[in-house]
Amino acid sequence: MDIFIQQLINGVTLGSVYAVVALGYTMVYGIIQLINFAHGEVVMIGAMVAFSVITALAPGGWPPLMVVAAGTIVAIPVCMAIGYGLERAAYRPLRNAPRLAPLISAIGMSIILQHLALLVWSRNFIAFPQIIKSEPYHVGGAIITNVQIAIIATSVAMMAGLALMVYRTRLGTAMRATAQNPHVAGLMGVDINRIIAVTFLIAAALAAVAGVMVGSYYGIAHYQMGSLLGLKAFSAAVLGGIGNLPGAMLGGVLLGVVEALGAGYIGDFTNNWFGSNYQDVFAFMVLIAVLVFRPTGLLGERVGDRT
Amino acid sequence: MKHSKLALTLIAAAIGLIGCGEEKKPEPPKVEAPKPPPPPPSIEIKIGSVAPLTGGIAHLGKDNENGVRLAVDEANAAKIKIDGKDAKFVMMGEDDQADPKVGTTVAQKLVDAKVAGVVGHLNSGTSIPASSIYNGAGIPVISGSATNPKLTEQGFKVQFRVVGRDDQQGPAIASYLATNAKPKVVAVIDDATAYGEGLANEVEKTLTAAKIKVLPREKGTDKTTDWKAVLTKVKGKRPDAIFYGGMDATGGPLMKQGRELGIKAVFAFGDGACTDEMSKLAGDAAEGLLCSQAGIPVKAASQKFLDAYKKAFNVDPILYAPFTYDAANMLIDAMKKANSADPAKYLPELAKLSFIGATGKIEFDEKGDRKDAEMTIFTMRGGKIEPIAIIKGGNSMTVDEYLKMAAPGAPAEAPKPAAEAPKPAAAAAKDEAKK
Amino acid sequence: MKGRNPPLIWVGAGLVAFALLALPFALAQVGTAWVRITNFAILYVLLALGLNIVVGFAGLLDLGYIAFYALGAYVYALLASPHFNLHLPFWLILPFGALVACLFGVLLGAPTLKLRGDYLAIVTLGFGEIIRIFLNNLARPVNITNGPQGVSRIDPFRLGGFDFGKSETLFGLAFSAPIKYYYFLLAVMIVVIVITIRLQNSRIGRAWEAVREDETAARAMGIDTTNIKLLAFAIGASFGGLAGGMFSAIQGFISPESFVLVESIMVVSMVVLGGMGNVWGVILGAVLLSFAPEVLRYTVEPVQKSLFGRSLVEPEVIRMLLFGLAMVLIMRFRPAGLLPSAVRKRELAERKE
Repeated sequence: MDIFIQQLINGVTLGSVYAVVALGYTMVYGIIQLINFAHGEVVMIGAMVAFSVITALAPGGWPPLMVVAAGTIVAIPVCMAIGYGLERAAYRPLRNAPRLAPLISAIGMSIILQHLALLVWSRNFIAFPQIIKSEPYHVGGAIITNVQIAIIATSVAMMAGLALMVYRTRLGTAMRATAQNPHVAGLMGVDINRIIAVTFLIAAALAAVAGVMVGSYYGIAHYQMGSLLGLKAFSAAVLGGIGNLPGAMLGGVLLGVVEALGAGYIGDFTNNWFGSNYQDVFAFMVLIAVLVFRPTGLLGERVGDRT
Repeated sequence: MKHSKLALTLIAAAIGLIGCGEEKKPEPPKVEAPKPPPPPPSIEIKIGSVAPLTGGIAHLGKDNENGVRLAVDEANAAKIKIDGKDAKFVMMGEDDQADPKVGTTVAQKLVDAKVAGVVGHLNSGTSIPASSIYNGAGIPVISGSATNPKLTEQGFKVQFRVVGRDDQQGPAIASYLATNAKPKVVAVIDDATAYGEGLANEVEKTLTAAKIKVLPREKGTDKTTDWKAVLTKVKGKRPDAIFYGGMDATGGPLMKQGRELGIKAVFAFGDGACTDEMSKLAGDAAEGLLCSQAGIPVKAASQKFLDAYKKAFNVDPILYAPFTYDAANMLIDAMKKANSADPAKYLPELAKLSFIGATGKIEFDEKGDRKDAEMTIFTMRGGKIEPIAIIKGGNSMTVDEYLKMAAPGAPAEAPKPAAEAPKPAAAAAKDEAKK
Repeated sequence: MKGRNPPLIWVGAGLVAFALLALPFALAQVGTAWVRITNFAILYVLLALGLNIVVGFAGLLDLGYIAFYALGAYVYALLASPHFNLHLPFWLILPFGALVACLFGVLLGAPTLKLRGDYLAIVTLGFGEIIRIFLNNLARPVNITNGPQGVSRIDPFRLGGFDFGKSETLFGLAFSAPIKYYYFLLAVMIVVIVITIRLQNSRIGRAWEAVREDETAARAMGIDTTNIKLLAFAIGASFGGLAGGMFSAIQGFISPESFVLVESIMVVSMVVLGGMGNVWGVILGAVLLSFAPEVLRYTVEPVQKSLFGRSLVEPEVIRMLLFGLAMVLIMRFRPAGLLPSAVRKRELAERKE
């Protein structure tokens, strides 16, 4: 049983990271029905920038938390600038083009971002300085570390903050209006371009935080780390119902748990015919199954089928 | 009609010229064309060197190429005569980008250029497809770094290697683990790459043969950073030791997360994770790990080679340079013995050569593998990996004993203190070497 | 073009044919390596032509196309290598590989084709990864694919006593292995081009076009849209499988690392760059991008060395940056590609109004 609890803890931690990244996909998709294929790359850049800052500050003798916070504070504006740039350069000019055009453009952008990161941070795996000591706490035979608690808490807090912003502020109202019908929202005096740009900025800021979380939790970053993470987070967003904020959170956590339990138990259930080697398959299977059988996802209330 | 072909030939020739103009001087088309008599006749002998010179392991590729270059330069300085003519050795360095497709293309380029022999490739994944091209052309090829057993299992007479195979390294670390840690249950994990899985299979074989229980294989990928699910499952089966076949970039997080989960088992790794980088990635958790490297530690290579390398390139050799150096020297030595640079003539000499090089005594078995290749076992102490044992011919000995016994080629080095830390660069740079 | 000065066209066609036939010997003068590079370029042309049917004709973005290439390659490798000790003749297993790829194309297509364009793209991407992960892991408990170790010593094409893997001299000309494969690939490519063009101008081709432009309208016109899309997937996949089988035979060794996501994206960018829907544009795109690394290696490196004394940016990185940039810029400024198809050009003109 303690093993089962441990797998749940593993899954929820991993899932919280997916959830924060999934929020970014779901916000952008909700507002302009575009899969921001380069979102995973923004997460990667966030991790890389944080790496540079943390490495520079680590020998300074500051408290570790402050160093990580500084890394996050620098990573956020960098990622926001990239998110804004993506929207302006690759997506906005194609807003009225056929559906595939912005997707192809996004793939191109993701290749460009990866290789620019390669040029800046090299193509090697880069190791974060180990400044935070992980403190284990025992919960019913399982172990949860302070870093894991911090990750879960941060993502819950970001989710809550985002929900407040979307459902309680003028900006949020404008965003929801644009998501429902950009033309009418425009007629009502909403500056559509501004709202879309803001959405990208918020998504990028979330990505930056996710990047710092991934980087400092696993202690490692790589210029290609964003693509698989992005795909899984996108699957999580689809699972929860794309365009739906609580859905993204739920989908993320569920996917994390599915992966952990899958890797942990599929071998026992299939007499070791399948094992942890198929861990990455689960996300794609979930994605395909949801899209085929329930395209609205778990919490999706509407299918925004506009072309 | 004639014109179009001529034009094409010209265009193609122009492309080729641009291509060749970069690294080598223009060479006369025929290698062994006898020159007019008065000046002492000379022949030009081309030796190919293939390694990734761009990409993630370009530094290792450069290291390999430097080893060959050093051997070639020394051979030229020694004014070797072959078949009564002054031999002028020329190294042709090619970049295979660690990509199998490019690997076959550059192999073809070397065959086109009529090289007498090739040292390379660095990776097994490029060496295997390329070897059939060399075999078709009858050109001897020696790898100083490809460790996949399959390379020499293809039955090609021209393929040799001077580095130990995965199925020599796997048993070495496994038997060291078995005799020193005395585990009852071992978990074997790999990264689902040709290298990681191959090594893990060999370890599993040896452990099973030693009547040690091995848990069902767990796998990640060469980019996995979250090992918690796998480790949690493994923890439930209470292993005494965990072996991971994979690189340091994934092995570091694996070990760190294992300790975070409270796993007390001994962690053991192959050469891909036998680097100082492990302590950066896993912090204090990396202390006490066991790992193995094919061959002897770089610092145990002959002092003469180490000095010459340092003098020639102003850096220390990283990893496989002593092996590629030996490989190139063996080609040259076989040519001397056969008194010919014709592959067909010197190949039999190469196969039966007994050679003392920078990495010790080298002889090939019937497959072209090195007989009795050495393996070194390291442990992590104070953030650095340290050699603790050298395994040769099934016997384990400490580094001091080895240096006393072998002192290959340079007796003067024997008294050298063995406690000196291994070169950090050596290990740190191994990242991704085996992909 | 038809009926306009036919003799001149025939002369032109003759010249092109002669150039294509003489090309490998001209290249072999420089080095057989260039024949090999050309062979790989033809393989990419085949892949791009296959993907073009899905993306260009039917308008379905497939990001996992390389999976079909992998399937074809593995079918060939497993049935003609010492791995299972099977050595079936190539004329049997090459079409069989195409058939298997085709079947998988239908299997993937059937449940997913009702999805909207961008969802479909992501699902196909997932499918491509799933196939690769399975190929990488089907080594235990029963060894089918030999996992990451790959399959080696794959048979070359053999027909009677004629072995594509060996060099021989015919009519006083030296035919090395790559030259033999070149002619085979050339023949296959011409057949595939003819099939593609015939398809494009057939009822099916027009149906694809209709579906691409407006699926609802197409359905209203009585087109069975699901079947017609499935057909595009099946044909595209079988071209991929065919190319895969030939790749296997030429390389003699394959492993899952040759079939990664980047390869899929590379083929997509070939199609996009050249011009979705236009056969000649797609060929141009494939040729340009597959020779790009060679050209870059011989231009970028020396230029950098002379400017900075060392190589700062590797050609491979520049190539990838160019890929990405091409995809962004083409979508922005020339969405129909370098050589747009007539229909696409017309649509664009209409949209501008």
